[in-house]
Amino acid sequence: MPVARVSRAALAALAALAARAARAAPAAGWLPALLLAGLLASMPFASAADGQRRSTAIAGGDWSDEELAVLASLRLDALPAMSVDPSNAVEGRPEAVALGRRLFGDARFSRNQAVSCASCHDPALQFQDGRPLAIGVGAGRRRSMPVVAAGHATWLFWDGRKDSLWSQALGPLEDAVEHGGNRARHVHLLQAHYRGDYEAVFGPMPDLTGLPDDAGPLGSPAEQAAWAALAPALREAASRVFANLGKAIAAYEKTLAYGPSRFDRHVERLLDPLAQGEPLAEAEPLLSPQEANGLRLFIGKAECVTCHNGPLFTDQQFHNTGVPPRESAQPDRGRAPAALQVQRDEFNCVGPFSDATPDDCQELRFIVADDPSLEAAFRTPSLRNVALRPPYMHAGQFASLDEVIAHYVKAPAAAVGQSELLRADGHGSPRASARSDRKGDRRRIRLTAGEARDLAAFLGTLSGPIVERTASQPASSRDR
Amino acid sequence: MSRITSPALGLIALIALAGCATPPPQLDLSLRRPSVDGHYVVTLQPPSPAPAINQLHSWQMKVETPAGQPVAKARIAIDGGMPQHGHGLPTRPRATPELADGAYRLEGMKFSMTGWWEIKLAIKSAEGEDTVTFNTMVAAPGAAR
Repeated sequence: MPVARVSRAALAALAALAARAARAAPAAGWLPALLLAGLLASMPFASAADGQRRSTAIAGGDWSDEELAVLASLRLDALPAMSVDPSNAVEGRPEAVALGRRLFGDARFSRNQAVSCASCHDPALQFQDGRPLAIGVGAGRRRSMPVVAAGHATWLFWDGRKDSLWSQALGPLEDAVEHGGNRARHVHLLQAHYRGDYEAVFGPMPDLTGLPDDAGPLGSPAEQAAWAALAPALREAASRVFANLGKAIAAYEKTLAYGPSRFDRHVERLLDPLAQGEPLAEAEPLLSPQEANGLRLFIGKAECVTCHNGPLFTDQQFHNTGVPPRESAQPDRGRAPAALQVQRDEFNCVGPFSDATPDDCQELRFIVADDPSLEAAFRTPSLRNVALRPPYMHAGQFASLDEVIAHYVKAPAAAVGQSELLRADGHGSPRASARSDRKGDRRRIRLTAGEARDLAAFLGTLSGPIVERTASQPASSRDR
Repeated sequence: MSRITSPALGLIALIALAGCATPPPQLDLSLRRPSVDGHYVVTLQPPSPAPAINQLHSWQMKVETPAGQPVAKARIAIDGGMPQHGHGLPTRPRATPELADGAYRLEGMKFSMTGWWEIKLAIKSAEGEDTVTFNTMVAAPGAAR
């Protein structure tokens, strides 16, 4: 049973509550007013010494216990220590991190000698590129994702087709439009320019005699033929060196973390017991009234927190929200094909180049791979620093946060699959039927223009620094 | 500190906080439930301490007849999700074969967010086919720092 605590400002709080109730459930109309009247008639007011409303100097009023619990779950301090990736034995080693940092910026690992990881994941640009579609040696199909805090994700890429950071790093290297390289060429480069650093981390390089300049299973027809012609032992040796290249890059990427934002400082202050009951008029408000209202909407009737939850503002799951495809002739199916792809990937947790035991690979064991909800579903991105990195969505479809919010309010039908914003509710909860339109679909989110602006303003408070953690952190072991 | 609860206040909170933090009132959270057609009584035991959000974990389970006899060799299918969000489970959990005396384990469970989740079990054995649904409230890990 939900509980609300009452303070001396009961009248003001209840008035605000009734106003919010009226906004949140316009169809209910008379109901909030009736309840409020009944409530005022039935409830004695608590004394000033009772209750624990967290008063702040910020307009927007007090926060309920439920709201504070949600806010507490969103703060950066609540982020668990990065879990250990059992498939990458070298990820915590400083030599691996140093090697990975150098490889990350080395444009020699590309067909035109001009593309490195940093080209699309620019450290000066939130580790992404600010473009709707990535541009490597050719034009990509999707938006570059920021690499920061990626170690907390179970699945990598918008569609989750890779199950580890090191495996993900290998994808673009062999992709025809990203780096445009091939496996043999990358391995030769590593041997020519990084042999000492490599061997300090991974031990002696295997014998690669007979490996052609250009060969690889994902390359041009000629490269594929050259690869297929190799002895299995040589293919395995080259693939192992290639996998290690990914593991070094992943070791570096795992050091990239978000620092606290204005939102985090605001929530810490709200939760600080010393501030309880004390007016904070002297302290400068951390969130403006507009931003505080935006936060209230974010965890309330705008329902953003449904998917953008937890300290990274992502549930790390796959959702279809009806984002219009960039190529309507060939719409992006997102997770649906990728869930099958990750199970077949030679560089996955159960593959021969993983350092994990099969027991460590429970995520693959219990993967959802055959559900209609995966169709055109994409991974919820983190919203930390979101205001700093337009455009938005998997192909950069929206140029601004205002457009994103407008999309959620508009809730268009999905071109492929079924939008979660419009699903028919099979469970018949009273709130759902109260908000159904005549067609039986649920129109979920209603925001005024002012509320949409407040929400966008709040998202700006999630910006903070990106830090490279150099000290080794205590890590919790977790199934991969 | 004095707390005031009333059904009216609960309903106001339900309407006002129109995000997903509030489940329906009177949600049955019992961990021991009879199946729909009365073939089984099923007891679930969640892991302790509670797992983190997005952490894979297992639940213990006991299947008995209404008379209290352990049910052997049951085949159990697991489904579920969050009714308020219209999404299913983020993983495909599986039940082990019987471990001992009507005891089974549900492996590969995971909750991707806080709130009200349903765990739906379909059970098949010599005692018949039946289903049972459990409700669980996944709490915010806010207390831990």
